[in-house]
Amino acid sequence: MATTLTINGETKSFDAPPEMPLLWVLRDILGMTGTKFGCGIAQCGACTVHVDGKAVRSCVLPISAVANRAITTIEHVGSTPSGAKVQKAWLDAEVIQCGYCQSGQIMSAAALLAATPSPDDADIDAAMAGNICRCGTYVRIREAIKLAASGRQS
Amino acid sequence: MNAQNSVSRRALLTGGIATGFLLAFHLPLRAAANEPAQKDATDGKFAPNAFIRIEETGRTVLMMPQVEMGQGTYTSISAVLAEELDADWSKVEVQHAPPNDKLYANPTFGLQVTGNSNSIRAWWVPLRKAGATARAMLVQAAAGQWDVDAASCTASKGEVAHAASGRKLGYGELALAAQGQTQPKDVAVKDPKDFVLIGQPLKRLDTPDKVNGKALYGIDAILPGMKIAAIANCPVFGGKVGKVDDSAAMKVAGVRKVVVLDDAVAVIGDHMWAAKKGLEALEIEWNEGTNAGISTKDIWQNLRDASAKDGVVAKSTGDIAKALATGDKFEAAYELPFLAHASMEPINATVHVRPDACEIWTGTQIMTRVQSEAAKAAGVPVDKVIVNQHLLGGGFGRKLEPDMVIAAVKIAKQVDYPVKVIWTREEDIQHDVYRPVYRDQITASLVDGKVAAWKYKVAGSAILARWLPPAFQKGIDIDAIDAAVDAPYDFANFHVEYVRVEPPAVPTGFWRGVGPNNNVFAVECAMDELARKAGKDPIEFRKSMLTKNPRMLAVLNLVAEKSGWGQPLPARVGRGVCVQPSFASFIATVVEAEIDDIGEIVLRRVTSVVDTGIAVNPDTVKAQIEGGLIFGLTAALYGEITIEKGRVQQSNFHDYRMMRINETPKIDVTVVKSGEAPGGIGEAGVNAGPPALRNAIYAATGVALRRLPIDRKLLAAGRKA
Ligand code: FES
Ligand code: FES
Repeated sequence: MATTLTINGETKSFDAPPEMPLLWVLRDILGMTGTKFGCGIAQCGACTVHVDGKAVRSCVLPISAVANRAITTIEHVGSTPSGAKVQKAWLDAEVIQCGYCQSGQIMSAAALLAATPSPDDADIDAAMAGNICRCGTYVRIREAIKLAASGRQS
Repeated sequence: MNAQNSVSRRALLTGGIATGFLLAFHLPLRAAANEPAQKDATDGKFAPNAFIRIEETGRTVLMMPQVEMGQGTYTSISAVLAEELDADWSKVEVQHAPPNDKLYANPTFGLQVTGNSNSIRAWWVPLRKAGATARAMLVQAAAGQWDVDAASCTASKGEVAHAASGRKLGYGELALAAQGQTQPKDVAVKDPKDFVLIGQPLKRLDTPDKVNGKALYGIDAILPGMKIAAIANCPVFGGKVGKVDDSAAMKVAGVRKVVVLDDAVAVIGDHMWAAKKGLEALEIEWNEGTNAGISTKDIWQNLRDASAKDGVVAKSTGDIAKALATGDKFEAAYELPFLAHASMEPINATVHVRPDACEIWTGTQIMTRVQSEAAKAAGVPVDKVIVNQHLLGGGFGRKLEPDMVIAAVKIAKQVDYPVKVIWTREEDIQHDVYRPVYRDQITASLVDGKVAAWKYKVAGSAILARWLPPAFQKGIDIDAIDAAVDAPYDFANFHVEYVRVEPPAVPTGFWRGVGPNNNVFAVECAMDELARKAGKDPIEFRKSMLTKNPRMLAVLNLVAEKSGWGQPLPARVGRGVCVQPSFASFIATVVEAEIDDIGEIVLRRVTSVVDTGIAVNPDTVKAQIEGGLIFGLTAALYGEITIEKGRVQQSNFHDYRMMRINETPKIDVTVVKSGEAPGGIGEAGVNAGPPALRNAIYAATGVALRRLPIDRKLLAAGRKA
């Protein structure tokens, strides 16, 4: 069944069943592999994308639910002000280890900063607790979010 | 249906395949991505050894013998090579070495392996020599062109200079002439005081592409005509496939084929969703076999029974029997559960079996072993197996095994297109190669407030006996006793035994922290209990027995100061310490934790002081300790794989939990300056977390926990210690 979605400002048409999660459409049909598979059950956040600017888990999001919505992925988040700030802060604070969770972390953090420009620790916990990092980069994630919010980046 | 936006990458990969020997390591921007590493790849370059390639443009490509799985080794290895080469750091690019034990075997293992926190330790001397020799050849080449004495020339930032005449030549300009020089022998390496890169917190080379989705992990491989497979391994360890009815599965839109293996079934589809749906629609009857009755309870019974026997003596000094007969006696046993690795990137491998060759795209810690195992499974000669190494989304020891590649080859053999086999998280957790269960028994005696006798018996799996049989000698697994035979304290009468006990049915393997993750826990828990028995402060007690270990003593003193050790704390808040000498690093850690009335734990603060010798990249050392601590604390708080009816009971992150950001304490890591040879760091933090937390709980509640994960029920207020 032909479906049309708006992803990163571009219109994409493809054949897929309506209940197919956005994650697998992105990765396996559109070849956009920046969005990661981690658990498939909305437990880890690796698959986080933005739908109308809000962070959502694409592994449990059927494409039928996102027609006519603006979808943004890690490949394009750098073109939003909060996404660019977060990417920069991530490198300045050298947050990343293996990096596999970080697409999702960055998407969650960018959505947080867009909605809450100066988050406190509780805001950070609430926005980021859904994103697991097996390498344990949480201390630096917190630091980088504060750095991005402060505008004190190098 | 394929979209246009992946075409460019497909073209890249196709181009690589056409050259026959693709080195698809992808670090765009500063990396030599997709450059074929053919045998003639050294033409027109200065290629003094297997690690350095300098082109006439000055482009400097460093070949990485170790794999990048988050530990920062690409940057650290590059820094070591570039330091002695005096390369221009801004021109350095990294490329993954192809599978080749002759050129790239880890000097410690004799195999191209990344593990045991030893990348820098193993390569420190050979890579410095390789860099220094190459620099000497460039200097010789310049001196020859200028007709001056080489000793009057200096090298720095990718240039050779002759100060007397003010002449300079870049390494690129010298590349061809340097290639013609004879290799000098025994070139001196730098005095550490002259280091300009080593010891600096250099920015990592691999991270810029990890913020924008460009970095490619094994699971991101895309090839022309590729299909995706989901796999169901037999839920019971060792079981086989019985009957499969695929009629419903084949009706799922997008399903292409059902592949039945001996012990697994896979569904190949146009995408993972079709493959997963197809797998769910299959009716599979398993022949569960003889393990279908096994449970964790039986495994523990088996381990406890076996551990009662005497073990093989690994080390014995003094007269242990006599010493144990005097003084105040202490006895305890500590037990650790099975653990899964749960690397964030689920297990996967992409394979294309062609009539005459087999090509693999994956991220592995064992490139050459993957190559040889794939050759066997595909039935082609080893030199017809091409391994395209990718970044690893975490390794932690899981990717020291080739099982996922072997299964993918068997599946790919049945079709003529490339297949990417992705394990769901459930398969990843239920078909791991687990950190074994261990039981450690300690018998000790105290005389005058010090340990006069220490008898330690570790019982558990001999992973090395399976994984590297020649390393298993005289019944001793040197990994299983690591950090037990070299406990840091002055124990005059000291005795360590090992009992090999393989858990029935459950495959066991290396897990981040390896042998020390078991032994550091038992040793440091017992030391705290002994301190209390002696009526001493846990740090003072340890210090009194570290008189011959100045490096350990120094980090312990510093961690006491930095953690506020001894300062008053509220009720049910405690501090616990851990001292560990693992991987030739010396680390002391203090955890501060609060235990609420129902036994829930709040981590307040962690302080670590690390002496890892020369820290090649001090920021990476810090990051590895921070992350390692969280990895270890996760295990202490939540980690346990249990088995019922021969099956693993946990399946995903809801029941195999990970620490999250809201549970993460403030972590303060200090890296002390040292001129000693570098130690290992990737796993050390893992080992520090659990005993330090357990000892903090002991301080806060008086409850001496002897098993992990932490049982909150034992910690509720009002329970007797
Ligand atoms: S893959 Fe979607 S939350 Fe884990
Ligand atoms: S950086 Fe490896 S899982 Fe987060």
